[in-house]
Amino acid sequence: MRYIANTDADRQAMLDAIGRSSLDELFSDIPQTVADRFRPIGIPPQSEFDVVRTLSAIASDNPAAKMVPFLGEGIYDHYTPSIVSHITGRSEFYTAYTPYQPEISQGTLTTMFEYQTLVCELVGMEVANASMYDGATALAEAALMADRIRKTGRIAVARSLHPHLRRTLDTYCWAAGIERIELPFDSAGRCDSSNVPQDVSAVIVQTPNTFGVLERLEGLKERIGEALLIVSTYPIALGILEPPGSYGADIVVAEGQSLGLPMAFGGPLLGLFATRPEYLRQMPGRVAGRTLDEDGNIGYVMASQTREQHIRRQRATSNICTNSALCALAATVYLATLGADGLRQIAELNLEKAHYLADRLTGLDGVDLLFDAPFFNEFILRVSEDPGTLCARAKAAGFLVSPLRGFDELDDTHAVRIAVTEKRSKEELDALTDVVGGRA
Amino acid sequence: MNTIFELNQSHRSEGTGLVPELDVPRRGVEDAIGASHVRSRPLRIPSLAEPTVARHYTKLSKLNFGVDDGFYPLGSCTMKYNPKVNEDVARLPGFSCLHPLSDPALVQGALRLIYESQEWLGAIAGLPAVALQPAAGAHGELTGMFLFRRHFEQRGETQRVRILLPDSAHGTNPASAAVAGFSVTQVPSLADGTVDVDALRAELDDTVAGVMLTVPNTLGIFEPRILEITQAVHDAGGLCYFDGANLNSFFGRARPGDMGADVFHFNQHKSLSTPHGGGGPGSGPVAVSSVLEDYLPVPRVVHSAGTYSLQWDVPASIGSVQSFFGNFLVAVKAFAYILQLGDEGLRAVSENAVLNANYLQERLKATYDLPHDGLCKHEFVLSGKGIADGISTLDIAKRLIDHGFHPPTIYFPLIVKEALMIEPTETESKETLDRFAEAMEAVAEEARNTPELLHEAPHHAPVRRLDQTRATREPVLTYPFEDS
Repeated sequence: MRYIANTDADRQAMLDAIGRSSLDELFSDIPQTVADRFRPIGIPPQSEFDVVRTLSAIASDNPAAKMVPFLGEGIYDHYTPSIVSHITGRSEFYTAYTPYQPEISQGTLTTMFEYQTLVCELVGMEVANASMYDGATALAEAALMADRIRKTGRIAVARSLHPHLRRTLDTYCWAAGIERIELPFDSAGRCDSSNVPQDVSAVIVQTPNTFGVLERLEGLKERIGEALLIVSTYPIALGILEPPGSYGADIVVAEGQSLGLPMAFGGPLLGLFATRPEYLRQMPGRVAGRTLDEDGNIGYVMASQTREQHIRRQRATSNICTNSALCALAATVYLATLGADGLRQIAELNLEKAHYLADRLTGLDGVDLLFDAPFFNEFILRVSEDPGTLCARAKAAGFLVSPLRGFDELDDTHAVRIAVTEKRSKEELDALTDVVGGRA
Repeated sequence: MNTIFELNQSHRSEGTGLVPELDVPRRGVEDAIGASHVRSRPLRIPSLAEPTVARHYTKLSKLNFGVDDGFYPLGSCTMKYNPKVNEDVARLPGFSCLHPLSDPALVQGALRLIYESQEWLGAIAGLPAVALQPAAGAHGELTGMFLFRRHFEQRGETQRVRILLPDSAHGTNPASAAVAGFSVTQVPSLADGTVDVDALRAELDDTVAGVMLTVPNTLGIFEPRILEITQAVHDAGGLCYFDGANLNSFFGRARPGDMGADVFHFNQHKSLSTPHGGGGPGSGPVAVSSVLEDYLPVPRVVHSAGTYSLQWDVPASIGSVQSFFGNFLVAVKAFAYILQLGDEGLRAVSENAVLNANYLQERLKATYDLPHDGLCKHEFVLSGKGIADGISTLDIAKRLIDHGFHPPTIYFPLIVKEALMIEPTETESKETLDRFAEAMEAVAEEARNTPELLHEAPHHAPVRRLDQTRATREPVLTYPFEDS
């Protein structure tokens, strides 16, 4: 086997050294009945060439990869600068593990520190961890954290969250015995926070929300009393939007895929997690901190480890250990390459192109926006025909468009989700308009 | 080391040049969304020229130590070689450019890969059903605990709130059980490092949901009474969780399903060679017995009449534990690895991993205390105790850095004082193991003759020993901007 360095002669010498007669003898401690029941998978080895051929064939059976996506719902088709994969492809980064030995992990630790700074800057908070698995688990952990702090056993959740965020949140809260109270959305597609129940540990909203609509966060923190305000957001939008931290959010989470990660059929992703300094001890996940070495030089280590599972065991703030470190590095390189100006430019392109397309589409007969509220780069279109028919027509033209899913209360509505990124050209936007208008 | 916030900024006047300029009529941000939504304070992210960025991160990468840089015997983490071809196939646009909410008819290849991965992992585990959704090992543990919870909820046995946990179990287990709402009862080990079966039996009653076992355990010992343990737990109405961190030691030889496992999680970033990424992304699929199949997370990927599809309507399911289908690109790498190795290669993995561990253990026990001597599996645990007065395991670890090696896992498992947990993996050569053993012997010698060399180590790393306490007592967790 190509990945094993030892020869038969090496193996014999090693067996001799340990006084064993065969490799089989090394497994004599496995109970005989267990060994007898063993069955192989039933597959032969393949050459590297065959592996590439097989995987290439499987990859080519995914025509969606070659189509033009107008899909959104938390995962977006943004452009990733070439430099990102060149840096994450350096094996010093990707073949290392958790920086348990900081003196030979300064690369990873310094980038964690940069990443935390960038996340705080984007979302307007003071403390961020080094990453969670994805935006959904980041949100679920935020809910658990809020209930550890407030201990009411109840949280209020805006219904206008992405369905996959709700699903994951529901699972974690169910296991933790936390009751979820749903906050409806109003006719403008915004969370109706006029009747937030008292005695909840947190209020959870998402902006832009799953309809693409920007939530109104002014005054929300004041209206919810002692409850923590948890906001899930979209990092690219923060290139131009006022960050949740400015509205008094206590915890901000986000799906970080848009920051230089491929859509990757939904994984690996990147969970951003930021909070206030007073909640540091309750924050899940690891965090890098600046310190000094014996010569007084600046260096970085994993800080506040006393909260973590390897020290606190069952009293830890979370069980998370391995996270999304390499994805966080990608996001760091992405933001370092763009800079504040570049990020604003990308965000503006998203917004302008989405609004151009929305204007064109709503100029068609029988087509309008389901919600009349400010949006960033995603919106819900109300059409007069069956959404499935429209999506099939788009597919035939090479465009990926999806019906709005996961909202039973809108079942009678013919609703289609459209998301637009900086990658969509005017030609593509115009062509989609023709498809929706039935002219293609 | 400077951060990007301390580098020279270039003064960029126009766009980034990364994407085309706006090609539709400009409406203006404020007009589109209203001034109140617009960022009031500029972002403090520096504008850097691309060569500056490239050099900065290349310089940082050189301060790291990865598997490609040298021997990395981090016990419990299986730091084996990460085949390059797996990186290439995961970057095929047919995989990386797929939106997870695409019409299933347009992503049949991806669904097939997930489905076949489920089949193969199920065959390796000897269990009938698999879900790829968990994103890391600890996430697989948590998913397993969710499945336990659902099982007893469905049976109306909600009084089963306790998880029994041998003190030789994997480090994340207690927290995983706790996050899923269980309380943890620790079960002691016997002097030989195996589970005290009598103590475990004494805890079994109708408040016990189950046990979390690590096989072989964190001392590298295969539990000799594993069948007796799982039988006793099942007889008491409980379930058995098997932590998969140590799969590398029994590929091609044994299956958790044949030992009584109800849940077994994979660490694809350990056993199946996908890279560790500096701390993730990993991938932690769970395989389950038929008792738990109906509770697996949704969406399930199913196959019928030549078509792969997503199954959402599973009423008893725990729901979702991650956004979509788990860490798909990591699954692609693991798939390529299994494909390349086949059954023959997988068996060679465990044979060579176990041989390497036993060889290194035999060489090192002459110099270091080996509290649990005997046949080990893929790893073993030494103690740094007694090597020389005033020398700690931390000193030994830091001095190993000077000798060019990544230190082993230290101070874990907790049941060995001053633990040094060593896992060589199958991809290391005898020559490397010999060089490492010589370095360990040299460090022991230095500990006795020139202890200051150890106390002050590392001497040849990018930084000297770092002050961990200061980082926690006076936390500086973000760059201190001058204007803040």
